[in-house]
Amino acid sequence: MPYLGSEDTVRELRRALCNPNVQSDQLRYRSTILKVIRAMSQGVDVSGLFSEMVKACATVDIVQKKLVYVFLCSYATLNPELSLLVINTLRKDCQDPNPMVRSLALRNMTNLRLPSLVEYVEQPLTAGLRDRAACVRRVAVLGWAKLHNLQPNSEIDAAVVNELYGLLRDPDPVVMVNCLRALEEILKEEGGVAINKPITHHLLNRLKESDVWGQCEVLKILQRYRPQSENELFDILSLLDASLVSPHPPVMAATLSLFLCLCSGLPAVSLAALERVRGPLLAACGSVSRETRFTALCHIQLLLRSLPGLMGAHYKRFFCGYAEPAYIKQRKMQEAAIRGAEPTGWSVVVKQVLVELVNDDNVAMLLDELKGYCTDVNTDTAQAAISAIGRIGRSYSDRCLEILTGLLGLKQEHITSAVVQTMRDLVWVCPQCSDTVCLALEGCEETLQDRQGRQALLWLLAVYGERVSSAPYTLEVFIDGVRSEASLGVKMELLTTTMRLFLCRPAETQDMLGRLLHYCIEEETDMCVRDQALFYYRLLHCGTEETRKVLQGRRSDPSLGVLIGRPAELISQWAYSFNTLEPLMQGCIETEPASRGSPEHVTFDPKPNTDLSDTLNSSQIEKVHSGSDSASGFTYSSANVLASSLAAPLSLSLSPALSPEEFERLWMQRQASHADQGAEKLEEEEDYVCMEEQIQCPAIPHCSPQSLQAAMQLVNIQTLAFTPPHTHPWRVYLYTHTQHAHSGEAPRITLIVGELLYTGEASRRVVELKKGTEDGDVAEEEAGLSGRELVSKDGEEEEVKVTVKQQPRDDKALKGFLSILTTVLHTLSPENN
Amino acid sequence: MISQVFILSSQGDHLIYKDFRGEAGSDVVGVFYEKVTALTGDQPPVVMTLRDLHFIHVRQGGLYWVAVATADSSPFTVIEFLNRFSALVKDYCGSLSEKSVQMNFALIYELLDEVVDYGYIQTTSSDVLKNFIHTEAVSSRPFSLFDLSNVGLFGAETQQNKVAPSSAATRPIQTSREQGGKSEIFVDVIERMSVVIGSNGVLMKADVEGEIKVKCYMPSCSEMRIGLNEEFSIGKSQLRGYGAAVRVDECSFHQAVRLDEFDSNRILRLCPSQGEQTVMQYQLSDHLPSAPPFRLFPTIERDSGGRLLMYLKLRCDLPPKSAAINVCATIPVPKGSVSLSQELSSPDQSSELKLQNRAIDWTIPRFPGGTQLSALFKLEVSGLSPSSMLEVGPVGLVFELPQLTVTGLQIRFLRLSPVQPGPSQRWVRYVTHSDSYIIRL
Repeated sequence: MPYLGSEDTVRELRRALCNPNVQSDQLRYRSTILKVIRAMSQGVDVSGLFSEMVKACATVDIVQKKLVYVFLCSYATLNPELSLLVINTLRKDCQDPNPMVRSLALRNMTNLRLPSLVEYVEQPLTAGLRDRAACVRRVAVLGWAKLHNLQPNSEIDAAVVNELYGLLRDPDPVVMVNCLRALEEILKEEGGVAINKPITHHLLNRLKESDVWGQCEVLKILQRYRPQSENELFDILSLLDASLVSPHPPVMAATLSLFLCLCSGLPAVSLAALERVRGPLLAACGSVSRETRFTALCHIQLLLRSLPGLMGAHYKRFFCGYAEPAYIKQRKMQEAAIRGAEPTGWSVVVKQVLVELVNDDNVAMLLDELKGYCTDVNTDTAQAAISAIGRIGRSYSDRCLEILTGLLGLKQEHITSAVVQTMRDLVWVCPQCSDTVCLALEGCEETLQDRQGRQALLWLLAVYGERVSSAPYTLEVFIDGVRSEASLGVKMELLTTTMRLFLCRPAETQDMLGRLLHYCIEEETDMCVRDQALFYYRLLHCGTEETRKVLQGRRSDPSLGVLIGRPAELISQWAYSFNTLEPLMQGCIETEPASRGSPEHVTFDPKPNTDLSDTLNSSQIEKVHSGSDSASGFTYSSANVLASSLAAPLSLSLSPALSPEEFERLWMQRQASHADQGAEKLEEEEDYVCMEEQIQCPAIPHCSPQSLQAAMQLVNIQTLAFTPPHTHPWRVYLYTHTQHAHSGEAPRITLIVGELLYTGEASRRVVELKKGTEDGDVAEEEAGLSGRELVSKDGEEEEVKVTVKQQPRDDKALKGFLSILTTVLHTLSPENN
Repeated sequence: MISQVFILSSQGDHLIYKDFRGEAGSDVVGVFYEKVTALTGDQPPVVMTLRDLHFIHVRQGGLYWVAVATADSSPFTVIEFLNRFSALVKDYCGSLSEKSVQMNFALIYELLDEVVDYGYIQTTSSDVLKNFIHTEAVSSRPFSLFDLSNVGLFGAETQQNKVAPSSAATRPIQTSREQGGKSEIFVDVIERMSVVIGSNGVLMKADVEGEIKVKCYMPSCSEMRIGLNEEFSIGKSQLRGYGAAVRVDECSFHQAVRLDEFDSNRILRLCPSQGEQTVMQYQLSDHLPSAPPFRLFPTIERDSGGRLLMYLKLRCDLPPKSAAINVCATIPVPKGSVSLSQELSSPDQSSELKLQNRAIDWTIPRFPGGTQLSALFKLEVSGLSPSSMLEVGPVGLVFELPQLTVTGLQIRFLRLSPVQPGPSQRWVRYVTHSDSYIIRL
């Protein structure tokens, strides 16, 4: 009612409803009531007409009756006394010879939602359960659930429950399913309807009679059933096989959910079921309804977590799906909405598919496809495409860098920013790309506007400043504009970059470093920036060598490359969320552009754990290294180890396999000799070495044995035995063979056996300390600082003790092994946070 | 479990609101609309959450169809239900628009009441529902002179009589009963193709998804037999008949379809219920039986005055008898584009520079097979640089191919048994849409 005030409308309607002329004319009466309902659904408060509408209820016109009921059900709770008047009419209708009228009356009687009327409703409901017409029974069954929820504390009548159980055998499938639903609600406190063997078999046998909705409901409730024998389980599975490939996505999803639930102990069967639904899921991905497509995509993403190769041959289905340009005109509005929804799901899926899928044959095609999206009008889409290219760049760096460099030529803000961030991430993993990146960086500062992009550029300049000829000039521009700089992160990054550049190009940088430090110490209002500047200032007083030691961090982490191929997750890790709203909601979180700092600074990442390199907590590693380094007495070894392992690659292998007995023999033998010496330090003998090392990783003892094993296997470390998680002391035994190629010599092969031990005598203080450094834009040096603080409390840290024995001795290989092990353990830790 | 269902217009007007469980607060609709409008660029995600309210919506006919559900409900079920519900509304109201929903709100409330009880979906079968629905649909279609064009002059059989009017299938199913309307049955074969053609003209991806839909206006129809091509084969290995095979990769049927004659004679048997239903769905991936319908030959260069010249030749490779209609090519252009001057090869074409989408839309109302059209676009771009060329392309095409299926699927015959008393009309229509047709430059 756009123009009339609501009071006028109500008055007008009341006059019409009371008019005897209107009341006597069936059609006019009906159309007046129609007007009331129309006003109601438009949000006008017409509750004042309640008594007039009650009168209108007594009619033979079924359409009018329905309309009045719609009104009454909406306003009954506001007028409990007047509602009593309706009950009489309704009860009379329950005796009507027409089943449709009976079901209508019964349904609306229970929809009034008035606890005071319960006593009048019970009798017709009981009669309704035994009605001849199925449509009345359907309503009556659900009516009991409504009644129970109206007065949740009342005692439920056992006779009714029995009757409902009996109605599970009703010939009408909807009545049967409604009984399940009603019992589920009524017996909520007892854990829902009892699912025993006879009921299960009865439901399964009648599954085919129900429609799609009924089947879904039954399949969902059956998830509670546990088959008593393997034979029974397989009987059920083969019965359900046809539903698994049902053309209706809801049935397919519900069946798969039930399959995963029943086969939680049989991973092979579950995997086979996943293979089986591939066809129907792909079909759903091509459905007419965009929303169904989106849902299917989100669920495929779940499946890929356990079966990364599932969609291997079908990659084309994914990468063109959302590129539909404009639609037919009327659908344009609709389309705009979907374009937003799809790329997020799409890009995530593609990212994952790509990791598994890129190979020499299709890489050109995939890149070509992605290249097209980089210039998309939608900036989110464009950025997602650019970062996907970066991911492929880890394996095919040349082609990808070519595309990325080309994109810089566009000189568009959001593209340049995304490209620089992608390059930063790429260089961190693949240092060999740095030459091309350094060349590309020239001149892109002019187009960079946003915070993340400029931070990424500064980081790159800090690390490769000596190779970018224009680096000091770029920095100068930044320093001149530091007064108007709004972002804290950029300021911190700028300080670090200038310091680092000063170390390698002092002559060009000294002057601006002075200016920057002066500004930050004297004028800057933010405490963090000021402290940082003061720290650098004092550090410089200690001399350049000292400064270099503190500032020269790692430039890259090639070991990440090893971990890129994600281990397949266990189905049980996601099965509970299959066919719920959860996977779809994760998609929405993904749309928010994750603010990323430089790779060294990334502390806890709020994103779901979709992408290993993002969550791998590099700053933590640095802390750990500085911690463990000073504890065990060698300085900055991690960098050395990495450097040496780069120069002469260390490879681990699992063959020849070691049997548990053999392992035990080796371990005990060494144990004995170790005990003799009774020392915790590095001990040496002619042919073998035994050493102990502490690795800080709070979450490791809580992570599941399977994921630990999977991660270890990925880097070719075999785990032999575990204690269950959350037990103290917690132990893991493992072994591997190292193969360390010395230049000019034949490769040396050694055997390493090891034990991880966690005793559980740790304090929580470390965790608190870490929280202090979590707040986003904290620069690495500060992390370094807190690392030092940690060192002083070394004894209280939560750490895993690693005991390693190597035969024959090879120090370099041993260090390399330890660094790989550390990386694996840290990669695992954030998963449980 | 669905606790509320509501329909909103794109402007946020409440059209329909039904609370099934009385558990959530009253202003759920307002909360939803606030969430939608708070998002930039009209891109609400399918699922939105506020505390314990989970909104799932689909968009059909420019309206939001929203369900509020619990977190553990199946998204497939809820979305399928919303789609099915909107299809039911379309069946009963004739068409799907803000106006038709507004005019038929009583009917829609009645429908919702029967379809969902206490948040549980009861039935969505139109066979069952037709006994319960009493409200008549109000048709919103205005009187149009075009309707008269189908009336044969002096009752003569004209060619026009053999073609169903385009609006024939957009009328409510219920009117047929009361008004003694024509008892008609429509069988539509609809295919959607998604194609990517590389810059070298090589077909990189070609998928076809198709469906056979039956829309039935007959109050009682005992059995219908649909005969497909004899050569129709499923999967790669199986080949049938002597003619060119009509092949699809995967094929699925509606539950009600009986397939006893399918293997031998390619006949589908079913008892259609009133309203619209999808009888068969099929897919063909990575293969097209014939040449892709459109080819593009572009020449793009910068002229001396800093303008971008695009000379595009578009060739339609359909058989000469067919034609594509409503063709629209979208050509992305560089960011700084300011203005466009164009030379098109025939007056019925038009083109427009859409600055918001950064693209040129080139529309061709009718494009006969075997012909070629060309267009010369001169684009004024501020700050044109060599790398701006990267931003041009890929071209997306939207079109409709009436009376044509790309897979070659045909309906040989359509028989109703027992033979209907009184006049009954059977229509078979074919159409192919472009789901996504991309030509890289």
